Amino acid sequence: MTALAAEPVAARMRQRTPSIEARTTENGQPFLFVAPADLVLLLTLLRDDEDLRFDALMDLTAYDLLKYPAKAPSDAICAVWLLWSHVHRHELMVQTHAARSDCRLPTTSGVWPAAIYFEREVFDLYGVHFDGHPDLRRIMCPQDWVGHPLRKDYVYPATYHGVSHLRDGQHFESQPAREAR
Amino acid sequence: MTVEATTPSGETMQLSMGPHHPATHGVLRIVVESDGEIVQNCTPDHGYLHRSIEKIGECVEWPMFVPYTDRVDYVCAMNANLAYCLAVERLLATDPATTVVVPRRAEVIRVLVAELNRISSHLIAVGAMAMDVGAYTPFLHGIAQRELVNDIFEKLCGQRLTYNYVTIGGVAFDLHHGAGDEIARFLDQFEREMVRFNRLLTTNAIFRDRCAGVAAVTRDEAIEWGLVGPNLRGSGVDFDLRRDVPYGVYGELGVRVPVGQCFAGRRGRQGDCYDRYVVRLLEINESVRLCREALKLLPPKAEKETDPIGGWQADVTKQLKKPPKGSVHCRTEAPRGEMGYFLVSDGTKTPWRVRVRTGSFSASGIFHKVMRGTFLADVVAIIGSFDVVVPEIDR
Amino acid sequence: MADPQCRPGNASHEQIHLTAVDEFLAWGKEHSLFYLLFATACCGIELMQAGGPRYDIDRLGMIPRATPRQADLMIVAGTITHKMAERVKLLWDQMTEPRWVVSMGSCANSGGPFSKWSYSVLNGIDKYVPVDVYIPGCPPRPEALIDGVMALRERVRLYRTTGQRTKTPHVVAGIEPAFGAHHEKPEQKT
Ligand code: SF4
Repeated sequence: MTALAAEPVAARMRQRTPSIEARTTENGQPFLFVAPADLVLLLTLLRDDEDLRFDALMDLTAYDLLKYPAKAPSDAICAVWLLWSHVHRHELMVQTHAARSDCRLPTTSGVWPAAIYFEREVFDLYGVHFDGHPDLRRIMCPQDWVGHPLRKDYVYPATYHGVSHLRDGQHFESQPAREAR
Repeated sequence: MTVEATTPSGETMQLSMGPHHPATHGVLRIVVESDGEIVQNCTPDHGYLHRSIEKIGECVEWPMFVPYTDRVDYVCAMNANLAYCLAVERLLATDPATTVVVPRRAEVIRVLVAELNRISSHLIAVGAMAMDVGAYTPFLHGIAQRELVNDIFEKLCGQRLTYNYVTIGGVAFDLHHGAGDEIARFLDQFEREMVRFNRLLTTNAIFRDRCAGVAAVTRDEAIEWGLVGPNLRGSGVDFDLRRDVPYGVYGELGVRVPVGQCFAGRRGRQGDCYDRYVVRLLEINESVRLCREALKLLPPKAEKETDPIGGWQADVTKQLKKPPKGSVHCRTEAPRGEMGYFLVSDGTKTPWRVRVRTGSFSASGIFHKVMRGTFLADVVAIIGSFDVVVPEIDR
Repeated sequence: MADPQCRPGNASHEQIHLTAVDEFLAWGKEHSLFYLLFATACCGIELMQAGGPRYDIDRLGMIPRATPRQADLMIVAGTITHKMAERVKLLWDQMTEPRWVVSMGSCANSGGPFSKWSYSVLNGIDKYVPVDVYIPGCPPRPEALIDGVMALRERVRLYRTTGQRTKTPHVVAGIEPAFGAHHEKPEQKT
């Protein structure tokens, strides 16, 4: 496959961005882990480096680690950047964590404008505030929506603007017990 | 257009297009600020069709999500099925103990149906674009041909729109008796029909001049704004996942990739609406060829083989109760560009996270940029040329 | 025959005449149900294909209108989210009486595949607007849509001739499973 090995990239970048780590997921997918403070610098370097040249942001997303059964449990929101190089035809995953209570990350929309929309989506669904984002509004849910739906501790609303979420005779019990997961 | 008409007067007017607007292909709302006829600013407003498909992915079991992928992009549901199933197969393949083997016949059938669906999806795209700029007839020709593809799919899996056909590990049903001839017959008449279609629309001077030079996206812009698929290729980037990161049997088929090269001639620019339109048409031709090639590759049904298509393999069902833990990213080329699934598994029977990356989402991200400075009447043509399908944006 | 007390227009023969005009008008109304071109999701594609060459609902006098003010009928085709539902109500409010609503597809009927797990989908458009005909299916075939429209035409005629509006909604019955587009028998597999 086209995924780049993470270790050489990390070694190359360690000088400028000391917090970088080469890791692999449980099933052996390589990725770079970096502290939020170094994030923008690292992504800029990855974009501009002649041998790496990650000129396209293929995806930016996040997932919630609350109760995720990992070796080192955490309740952070894990944000994921999936990079792709049209020049060298390789891809790379970069991850970072945002604390659940004070959910902030620096914006990467200065590196790739494509991130503007992706970050709005992550903000809407996970509540990650991207500092410096030009237009950080909800994108999917209505502006007056309460909560960030894709968080694992999200509680489904009973009504929206006075209209119930359920059909007559339908009960909340019929919805899966999400907390039990 | 005279100079006076295009000179800004400094007074702007706000115009809300949608969410109910015949040309927004569903429920997209675009707030346009215009100065006379010139668009000064445009703000897309999404979420009118946000059906929380990604959340549903976290509630249902792995195979139960396949029908929902149909609804992510219903114009090309086969490709959407395929993208998800490939991603799950790739997740299972990260652990040798759970690797799934897709039978060869199923692999070829997948490519066959994906290409057929690409044809019908692009037909809607070009037809709807023509309708948006005022030519209703080509759309009807497109729909007529799409019905024929629907017939084939209906015989194959009993549905006209949301197929739920590709399964994890194979496809749900084998090709029906005589399907090969039927598809070949369709392709033959379709090619003749396309000649007429091109005479009607593609070489039509009114249509060409209407789209030439409108909303050109340069190569670099297209890359950094994350455009994918025909929109990216329309801007001259020679990239197609089917050829460059092949999956399935695409590697053997040798996909030829058309790129935009200022097809509209003197008045056009590379990456304008007309380029995007022509790239789609050329892709239809390429898909016709790929379908024929796939039919040739189709291995004969072995007499003794119990499961030639791997529909619901028993051990896959078992493995999906306990898939490997970790994450996987899988990209496929759907008609609207890259459809990438990023899956996170916690080792249980329900996914931890299902992320769908779709082409229309990033295409709508560039709207406000390309629309600035165009004419108000071009707005619908631009939306049409990017071929956005709203559930793909909102999910 | 003619009652001298009777005011002009109320004589029995004149009334018969008037009723006939009503029926004639009802016949005309029934055959010219202009619908609001309003498609939100997957079912909208089936609606488009129903307007296409094969099913051609234009032949029933159904012509899409882009603005609600010219439409008699609203076909709610597709998923309605909470965000959209308020807009649907707005559109419905803009339509002139008598107005009719056809709810096409499971999503518009009850939330369909999204009713159980989705946080943003409205479970049935009937929470906002009154529905006359429900068409089940995900998506319904164009035939089912035409079936629903035929049922609606009955109601339109009834309303136009007697002034009564049927309150209970009509539900299109399930369609006999058929094989192939033209109801071919399933071929023997060899
Ligand atoms: S009923 Fe089914 S086909 Fe229709 S809009 Fe809902 S999900 Fe789509």
